[in-house]
Amino acid sequence: MAKPQPPIKRDWMVTPVGAGPVARFVVLSVVAVVTLFILVAPLAVILSSAFAQGVGVFLRNLGDPGTLHAMWLTTITALIAVPVNILFGLAAAWTVTKFEFPGRTLLIALIELPYSISPIVAGVAYLFVYGSQGLFGPLLEQLDIKVMFALPGIVLASMFVTAPYVARELIPLMQVQGTDEEEAAVTLGAGGFATFLRVTLPNIRWAVLYGAILCNARVLGEFGAVSVVSGNVRGQTTTLPLQIELLYQDYNVAGAFAAATTLTAVAVVTILLKMLLERLAGDEHPSA
Amino acid sequence: MRRSVIPGFGLSLGITVLYLGVIVLLPLCALILKASDIGAAQLWAILSSPRTLAAIRLTVTMALAATIFNAVYGLLLAWVLARYQFPGKRLLDALVDVPFALPTAVAGLALTALFSKTGWFGSVLEPLGVSVVYTPLGIGIAMAFTSIPFVVRTVQPVIEDLGSDVEEASRSLGASDLQILSKIIFPSIFPALLAGASLAFARSLGEFGAVIFIAGNQPMKTEIVALLAFIRLEEYDYPAAATIAVVMLVMAFAMLLVTNAVQAWQLRYLGRGDR
Repeated sequence: MAKPQPPIKRDWMVTPVGAGPVARFVVLSVVAVVTLFILVAPLAVILSSAFAQGVGVFLRNLGDPGTLHAMWLTTITALIAVPVNILFGLAAAWTVTKFEFPGRTLLIALIELPYSISPIVAGVAYLFVYGSQGLFGPLLEQLDIKVMFALPGIVLASMFVTAPYVARELIPLMQVQGTDEEEAAVTLGAGGFATFLRVTLPNIRWAVLYGAILCNARVLGEFGAVSVVSGNVRGQTTTLPLQIELLYQDYNVAGAFAAATTLTAVAVVTILLKMLLERLAGDEHPSA
Repeated sequence: MRRSVIPGFGLSLGITVLYLGVIVLLPLCALILKASDIGAAQLWAILSSPRTLAAIRLTVTMALAATIFNAVYGLLLAWVLARYQFPGKRLLDALVDVPFALPTAVAGLALTALFSKTGWFGSVLEPLGVSVVYTPLGIGIAMAFTSIPFVVRTVQPVIEDLGSDVEEASRSLGASDLQILSKIIFPSIFPALLAGASLAFARSLGEFGAVIFIAGNQPMKTEIVALLAFIRLEEYDYPAAATIAVVMLVMAFAMLLVTNAVQAWQLRYLGRGDR
């Protein structure tokens, strides 16, 4: 009887490319240093500049009437744009993942379109619809409805740039989940709305929330499109990002940084919530 | 069309088409309509003016530089996240999303503060004769910052999906690290890298908020295309604004076509055209 062989040592299996200690150390160090300089430093400099003259000055800058008004306007915009975007995202994802129809691929491409278009182009395009030189401009003026340089324009431009956000999170997920569960529910007599609420929604709730959070962050921070359509009327149509630029141009750098901390805080919370939601979704669908 | 037992097709399609039509397509059509009644001669005059050409050249050059930087750094970052285990990995993964979550105006403000003469980086670089703020270099840095996640998030899943079998087979046949990297690994992630880079390039071409803070915005020197469109609007020069916006739209469509073509190629390359 043959003696049991010792296992053959196969070095190539335990050391894939780049896993050697030297390569690993070099690559990790390079990435860590560059990341520190270009991703961490901007966050740090915002905090350090905002508080450079003490907490008192920071709070006074935050309480500036122009900044407070900008916060209010930005909040209202998000309160309108985000829910509408969620509704659209759900409808768009439902359409392209639960049904087969001609033009489906084109529809998906259209949903993603705003993602690759510069916000400035979006703003300019809106001006040619609702502005005084635009398609509906003269009609709107006759009816005394203000769209451009007012809240409706800001909301519309925000919707343009964030149109893909919720849909983009839902489409891949709902494609993987397929239509079996919905078909079963309908066959058992559930109505369309009950099927959606009880079968589909629980499966996609974290993705909906995640898309909504990303959409919210983008609406609060949108600059290019909003700066075109808002007309930048001081104290009236300046959203928070526009207010930051106004303060900066007035050489009120401390004020600009104070206003910027609020949006930075939103960004940090967005990233933390993203990590949390990914963990929650991962726990529920360990295979995904 | 295959009949589905699931109801709601009409309603959901209706909402989707209505929203896309009103929010996305109507403005784009109005823009193209506006540009189309400008007339070829005036269109050409606007396009070929030295200031427009300088802005286009500057924007494309700096977007290319930013994209090349991000292709290298983004690839390394994706590699580290996909292949290594180390303390702080979750934090690094979260940091990649900073440029997505941080408003571009805030990013522009922060970068300007960092690279100004008295800033953390500027106070070191200026004595060395490198000025960043109010130069094309600053524009490139702002573009690079805002487009990092595109490369990382496109390449990372592909590196994670790389099977170890081919790598092990080539290793057992005596291939060196360098040979495996250049002949096995790089070809499999190259399409994804190209797709990510073209997304980053498209984003850099259209970036506005981060750039205008750091650029100084001098005509002919540090003025980007997006800003020029914005200035023409403020001057009520609507034909020029429409023309420049249409040029940017055409560039965006071109990049979209490239990305889609590369992604289709990538799916074929990986042998899962059904995804």
